[in-house]
Amino acid sequence: MELILLIFIFVLAAFLGFELISKVPSQLHTPLMSGSNAISGITIVGALIAAGETSGTLSSWLGFTAVVLAAINVVGGYLVTDRMLGMFKKKDANKPKAD
Amino acid sequence: MNTQMLINLAYIAASVIFIFGIKMLGSASTARKGNRLSALGMLIAVVVTLFDRQIISYQLIIAGIIVGSLIGLVAARLVKMTSMPELVALFNGFGGLASMLVGWAEYERITHITGTTGHLNENGELITQTVIDLSHFDAFTAATIALAILIGGVTFTGSIYAWGKLSGKLSGRPTLFKGQRALNAAIAALIVVFGVMMTVSAPHVGTGQIYLLIFLSLLLGILAVMPIGGGDMPVVISLLNSFSGLAASAAGFVIGNNVLIVAGCLVGASGLILTVIMCKAMNRTLGNVLFSGFGATVQKEGKQSDGELKPISAEDAYYVLEAARNVVFVPGYGMAVAQAQHAVKELGELLENNGAEVRFAIHPVAGRMPGHMNVLLAEADVPYEQLVEMDDVNPTMSMVDVAIVIGANDVVNPAAAEDTSSPIYGMPIINVYEARTVFCLKRGKGAGFSGLQNELFLRPNSRMLYGDAKASITSLVTQFKEG
Repeated sequence: MELILLIFIFVLAAFLGFELISKVPSQLHTPLMSGSNAISGITIVGALIAAGETSGTLSSWLGFTAVVLAAINVVGGYLVTDRMLGMFKKKDANKPKAD
Repeated sequence: MNTQMLINLAYIAASVIFIFGIKMLGSASTARKGNRLSALGMLIAVVVTLFDRQIISYQLIIAGIIVGSLIGLVAARLVKMTSMPELVALFNGFGGLASMLVGWAEYERITHITGTTGHLNENGELITQTVIDLSHFDAFTAATIALAILIGGVTFTGSIYAWGKLSGKLSGRPTLFKGQRALNAAIAALIVVFGVMMTVSAPHVGTGQIYLLIFLSLLLGILAVMPIGGGDMPVVISLLNSFSGLAASAAGFVIGNNVLIVAGCLVGASGLILTVIMCKAMNRTLGNVLFSGFGATVQKEGKQSDGELKPISAEDAYYVLEAARNVVFVPGYGMAVAQAQHAVKELGELLENNGAEVRFAIHPVAGRMPGHMNVLLAEADVPYEQLVEMDDVNPTMSMVDVAIVIGANDVVNPAAAEDTSSPIYGMPIINVYEARTVFCLKRGKGAGFSGLQNELFLRPNSRMLYGDAKASITSLVTQFKEG
């Protein structure tokens, strides 16, 4: 039953994802890609659980490596996206609603 | 209410925040807020996970978060805007590898759970012994571990290879060899067979099987990206971004975690949509981008054009520009390579002060990432309303006095509109050849990234301004200031 529930969640999330991104102006494609790339770093949650096991096991070291990599993805991804969007923002403040 | 339940409620909250975040990223006025909102969702998910009952030791976690965050912080601060595509590719690869490791770690954990069994000996004493307890390792877990390793592994090496191509460490040309497709298909088939075998034989899955699966997945990532040319990397990165989401989702299935499944799947689906949008902009199918080896076999096909390249000096170019009343810049990857965006912006201002109407025409797939040119021009403070999209600029092209093509090639190649034998026939282009005069800034006489000869350069109204784009533009700027 739990398996069915998980698949159920997955399918609904897929439809939601398809609906969310339909009409995006092309200048936002790069920030959208790097912003959603940061979200895919959610795998850090799984990495934390693996790394938090009894230390010294192979599993915990794999978890540690995964935490490092996922943290780079998450922190770097959000910051870089924010930097890009900050440059667009300035323009919007001067000339609102250009799009 | 126990802790585990509260954690799950917080995961639902984080998922909702991600959904709003992605939604807001799709609109210019809310994008920045959306990104910050989604970062908040991530923070919530990370913090509540620390209370998970499976976590008993914090040293590795704290060390890992500090190291990873510092690296991410420094990379994000130091990167030049022109290197953005490479960095996104690299981050993406790390995300994929992390998901692969989560799958692998779960395999290691689940095959090392111990339990105690006991039996009475002939004297009636209880004898206990520790044994490996594989009862948590079912077929479903085995299948999802295989998926997480496969998708994560392909995402990792595929992204790293794309990073190499984008940063110029590897050749941008497609690498083709005989039997390539057959080899890739064989490896993919082998992976499927192994995955099915693992699923069927669970819980008795040997470490050797896992290692082999990891190796094959990593190999497939490299081989799959190898035949794709540098010009198609935006599509590849977008697709790999979608994959990294799916890898996270697969890892979510492995450990039975909802927030991983939802967030990963959202990224997977939205990344796929973005990929399709980009393929449409090039009038090609995703299959054509991935498998055709586009750009490796040119020149032989495509009709021979007559005409010659007519160079122009910066001084002559200045006189033409000085008289121009309507100027359109068409930036491409060459502008990014030469870091010319600030000089271009300055030239645009000078032309405007000189009484000309100045616009920047952005092709949807110009550069190495979707919206690449928008980012660069925004960095240089080019006013927003001067940026025009392809469909808006094309009808007005015949009124344009001078079109300045800065390191763009395929997106202005008239063969796409006229030459049915050209591999890019049918791709929408910016019709600069209709302008009265076209200046093409180019480093040398070689063909562009796709390897195609560009007929535009041979047209009677085209003039070649050879040299580094930044140096050429700067010398024009200097002449304007002196004149």
